[in-house]
Amino acid sequence: MTMIFGVPAPLLFGQLLLGLINGAFYAMLALGLSIIFGMLNVINFAHGALFMMGAFASWMLLNYLGIGYFPSLILSPIIIGILGIIMEKTLISRLYKLNHLYGLLLTFGLALVIEGLFRNYYGSSGMPYDIPPILQGATNLGFMFLPIYRAWVVLAALVVCIATWLIIEKTFLGARLRAATENPALVRAFGINVPRLITLTYGGGVALAAFAGVLAAPIYSVNPDMGDNFINTVFAIVVIGGMGSILGSIVTGFGLGVIEGMTKVFYPQASATVIFLVMIIVLLVMPRGLFGKLA
Amino acid sequence: MSLTFEDAAVPARAAHPTLVFGFTRSQAIAFLLMLLAVVVLPYVLYPVFLMRVLMTALFACAFNLMIGYVGLLSFGHAAFYGMGAYIAAWTAKTWGIDSMLAILLGGATGGILGLFLGYLAIRTAGILFAMITLALAQLVYFFCLEAPFTGGEDGIQQVPRGHAFGFFSLSGDMHMYWLTAGIFIAGFLLIHRVIHSPFGQVLKAIRENEPRATSLGYRTANYKLVAFVISTALSGIAGATTAIVFGIATLDGVHYSRSGDVVLTTLVGGLGTVFGPVVGAVVTTSMENYLAQFGSWVTVTQGAIFVICVLAFRRGIIGEIAAFFRLSL
Repeated sequence: MTMIFGVPAPLLFGQLLLGLINGAFYAMLALGLSIIFGMLNVINFAHGALFMMGAFASWMLLNYLGIGYFPSLILSPIIIGILGIIMEKTLISRLYKLNHLYGLLLTFGLALVIEGLFRNYYGSSGMPYDIPPILQGATNLGFMFLPIYRAWVVLAALVVCIATWLIIEKTFLGARLRAATENPALVRAFGINVPRLITLTYGGGVALAAFAGVLAAPIYSVNPDMGDNFINTVFAIVVIGGMGSILGSIVTGFGLGVIEGMTKVFYPQASATVIFLVMIIVLLVMPRGLFGKLA
Repeated sequence: MSLTFEDAAVPARAAHPTLVFGFTRSQAIAFLLMLLAVVVLPYVLYPVFLMRVLMTALFACAFNLMIGYVGLLSFGHAAFYGMGAYIAAWTAKTWGIDSMLAILLGGATGGILGLFLGYLAIRTAGILFAMITLALAQLVYFFCLEAPFTGGEDGIQQVPRGHAFGFFSLSGDMHMYWLTAGIFIAGFLLIHRVIHSPFGQVLKAIRENEPRATSLGYRTANYKLVAFVISTALSGIAGATTAIVFGIATLDGVHYSRSGDVVLTTLVGGLGTVFGPVVGAVVTTSMENYLAQFGSWVTVTQGAIFVICVLAFRRGIIGEIAAFFRLSL
């Protein structure tokens, strides 16, 4: 058996892949949080709950309506995105004039309500969601077995992250968004409907979380606490990447997923804490985060 | 950046209110009423329930010191509460030391942990401070999950109540109650003293206008850090006392939902008010007590109260009363 750094190669690559998968979810969630934070100045504490709802939406589509995985990959983000838009319009938008901490408290409360309701009706044990047949199985790469679904998750997450980045950096809509983030008053003066941009941004960030939820459904069982397990780590990643930095979220999301995976190989006891330890080091050396512009 | 909770600040009626031991007259009356309730209620209500209320109140008062008087929202106060509980439970059980000493050790643990974590977080403000404290508390949570002395998922159970000061047996609920009540009143008065000291005035100045406080020569980060350590030490004491009262310390204490609970308690009572956290503790603890039989509905109700408070009721109960009567409470 091939050994790398005294570790069997299949174990190392297996954990690397698991790290990349977690990293894919970290990146998508951190990206959504960053986009929302950049535009609304609100840290969306309901992000984990919305991620969970994305997974539940696809489970419901399958079990109540017989709609399969691939359609729900599109439908769930749209449904949850619309729900997010309603939340923004009816609740969050009332707080923009106040201290931004109120937005944090409101979304925290919303997360409690959503997770509590799902726990009431679906219990906390979790429900299985099968991998679609076309993505089942694994290929032998010679040095390791690669489960096809896991490769698909990493690929899909990368495509979505890069697409989001391109939309924000290279399109006309993205240019308006960036301008509205920089100086909303001036952009409004040019006749651009900034509140609508804000609403769309929130809906987009939420849809990203829901998309991640659909991808996660076959890997982790669909349960009300699945967002809870991720979101605190994702907050640390947003701090490491730099608040509101788009590229920072993607790079640190994947990067820290890999670091976490590698820690599981070499020092498993620290695997749950390593991301927070990295955060401490980053805070000491670069208080604004690796890619941050904001103070 | 100013982080004042504008709604919570209520102008007092008199420009120069007469102060009684640093209390305004309305505050002094409220304090005496609270003292009366602390003395009389254990004969009317179940003392174990009241002890939970008192320690939730002390925890909320400690949290309120940061949000109300320094303007920093900590979302990681569970770390200090939970670690205080673990250390008190562990020392009382393993070493069999005096319970009062165990409680003080729990407070010291909260303070020392607060010094380290606060050092990392204190230079940030606003949302970033909330997120960093949350993440650091999560680190503490995972540490407690892995560390052998915490007993993992089981926690530290069957902690003896033992004696306080070597002779005061705590096995009876009423004895335990008087110690808990004493700790609460002492903690409450300590916070009051801190707020009304020259140090507290500097804190208020920092909250109102930090660049100006800096330009006047104050090292604002140090002031904020000292306030954070006081707040975390008292949180540790609250956790430690709860652990001695109930004879158990578990992961619940360090879980981030505990941090959410204390935010909710303070928000319901009134951020930045003196008596708000106490009233909030009465409300949220009773609510948990009565809703406990309905399982997850506790979480749903807590979330709904968060939403309602933030949207329509930002001053909290005491804040609204104070605003209505134009008092300072």
